Amino acid sequence: MKVLVAVKRVVDFNVKVRVKADHSGVDLANVKMALNPFCEIAVEEAVRLKEQGIASEVLVVTVGASGAQEQLRTALALGADRAILVESFEELNSLAVAKALKAVVDQEQPQLVILGKQAIDSDNNQTGQMLGALTGYAQGTFASKVEVAGDKVKVTREIDGGLQTVALALPAIVTTDLRLNEPRYASLPNIMKAKKKPLDVVTPDALGVSTASTVKTLKVEAPAARQAGIKVKSVAELVEKLKNEAKVI
Amino acid sequence: MAVLVIAEHSNAALAAATLNTVTAAQKIGGDIHVLVAGQGAGAAAEAAAKIAGVSKVLVADNAAYAHQLPENVAPLIAELGKGYSHVLAPATTNGKNFLPRVAALLDVDQISEIIAVESADTFKRPIYAGNAIATVQSSAAVKVITVRTTGFDAAAAEGGSAAVEAVGTVSDAGKSAFVGEELAKSDRPELTAAKIVVSGGRGMQNGDNFKHLYALADKLGAAVGASRAAVDAGFVPNDMQVGQTGKIVAPQLYIAVGISGAIQHLAGMKDSKVIVAINKDEEAPIFQVADYGLVADLFEAVPELEKLL
Repeated sequence: MKVLVAVKRVVDFNVKVRVKADHSGVDLANVKMALNPFCEIAVEEAVRLKEQGIASEVLVVTVGASGAQEQLRTALALGADRAILVESFEELNSLAVAKALKAVVDQEQPQLVILGKQAIDSDNNQTGQMLGALTGYAQGTFASKVEVAGDKVKVTREIDGGLQTVALALPAIVTTDLRLNEPRYASLPNIMKAKKKPLDVVTPDALGVSTASTVKTLKVEAPAARQAGIKVKSVAELVEKLKNEAKVI
Repeated sequence: MAVLVIAEHSNAALAAATLNTVTAAQKIGGDIHVLVAGQGAGAAAEAAAKIAGVSKVLVADNAAYAHQLPENVAPLIAELGKGYSHVLAPATTNGKNFLPRVAALLDVDQISEIIAVESADTFKRPIYAGNAIATVQSSAAVKVITVRTTGFDAAAAEGGSAAVEAVGTVSDAGKSAFVGEELAKSDRPELTAAKIVVSGGRGMQNGDNFKHLYALADKLGAAVGASRAAVDAGFVPNDMQVGQTGKIVAPQLYIAVGISGAIQHLAGMKDSKVIVAINKDEEAPIFQVADYGLVADLFEAVPELEKLL
């Protein structure tokens, strides 16, 4: 079966971002970009399905500016077969991204679509679920285990109190949680080979997708800074402070 | 203008997260209706009717909604939601699971994890693991929103007397089925609702050493959390994880033991009122957010702390 993986180019997770002085957003000039960590897990899961002989082709897709080609190449180096960039230079909301992905799903007819559970920039946690609604496919979000058997996929999900297992009819959508797998590193020969793998570029217009949004960002601010604390010298002093100064115990 | 709040419940009982979400709804204004979708959810519906400020409770009681599978509940919520100005759900794993599906069915953008209501169409939400706060405005006909429960006080669970009304609509997409669940058992308070949280990180070295934290937590009536490092190393189950990808907590007191304080962990706890860090590395970033820091070996400091309480 064909597996489609959606990925996103985001600020590297180790970078401590700074808010722009005019409050228009976060300063992304000259900041290291990378594949969203949850998307890496999604690519890894698809590649493992291929290695098990379950997936026949792994297609990776992203929606974003041309710079995102770099992340598609990374995914290709990790084992994806083919890539599609839906090129859009404005920052799109989850619904617009889900609509673009729906158009790609209609074209490619994958049996399984894997996404990360959330992107670490917008922290939305929406796109996979929205794609589920648009395609009418079942969804297995926050997956920590995925087992394909016949025309069904069994997904173990991380929920607030523990784990839940659901069985979904294929085609289905899975969003990855951190513990689904440990992504591999791309080897140098694979990075070289990835340069030759096919990468198509399309536009939302060509896919017939509207990117209109009902939400706009008015401003972006830094969170309130915490007051600097103090270092205590002993456990006794700590207990005394918590009882008499902070009065929390 | 009326607001529809989707209840978080276990059929037999209403979850506390629903109360925080009702408070967010009160800040938006208008009538507040609560939807309880489940199977045999009479008790949860009765509890919802008693919440102060709620004027109506809708109950969709059907086998199709037993485990709130998103394929089944999202069409129900979207259908009911058309009659409301806002649809709110707590940002629990459950709320996050079905609400974006509802938004897409209504063809509107969703706003995730709001921490403040500025007006009926303007909200604040954290982005970049809480390192920036965005103010966003929605022009959608139905505003679909998840609520970060630690951003709002709990509404009074008693004092209301809302009418309970059954909803006849049944949607069963037949595409998904509940197979089973494995819930972690704990006698301690729930992590997201606890007044005091004691968390351990990689510095705990192994799962057995968490007994020191459990002993301390029991003395304090606290919940026990963990950093991702402790979960990944298999010390504790993943539902104890505090952080960007785990649970968001904002207790009165947060005690971080053997936790370095990575950005992703801070995203889950930096709104705590008082933060205490116990770490032997005085350069650890956790000390930058801690109100009280103790540079010490946790295996000496934690038992001593327990003894002094």
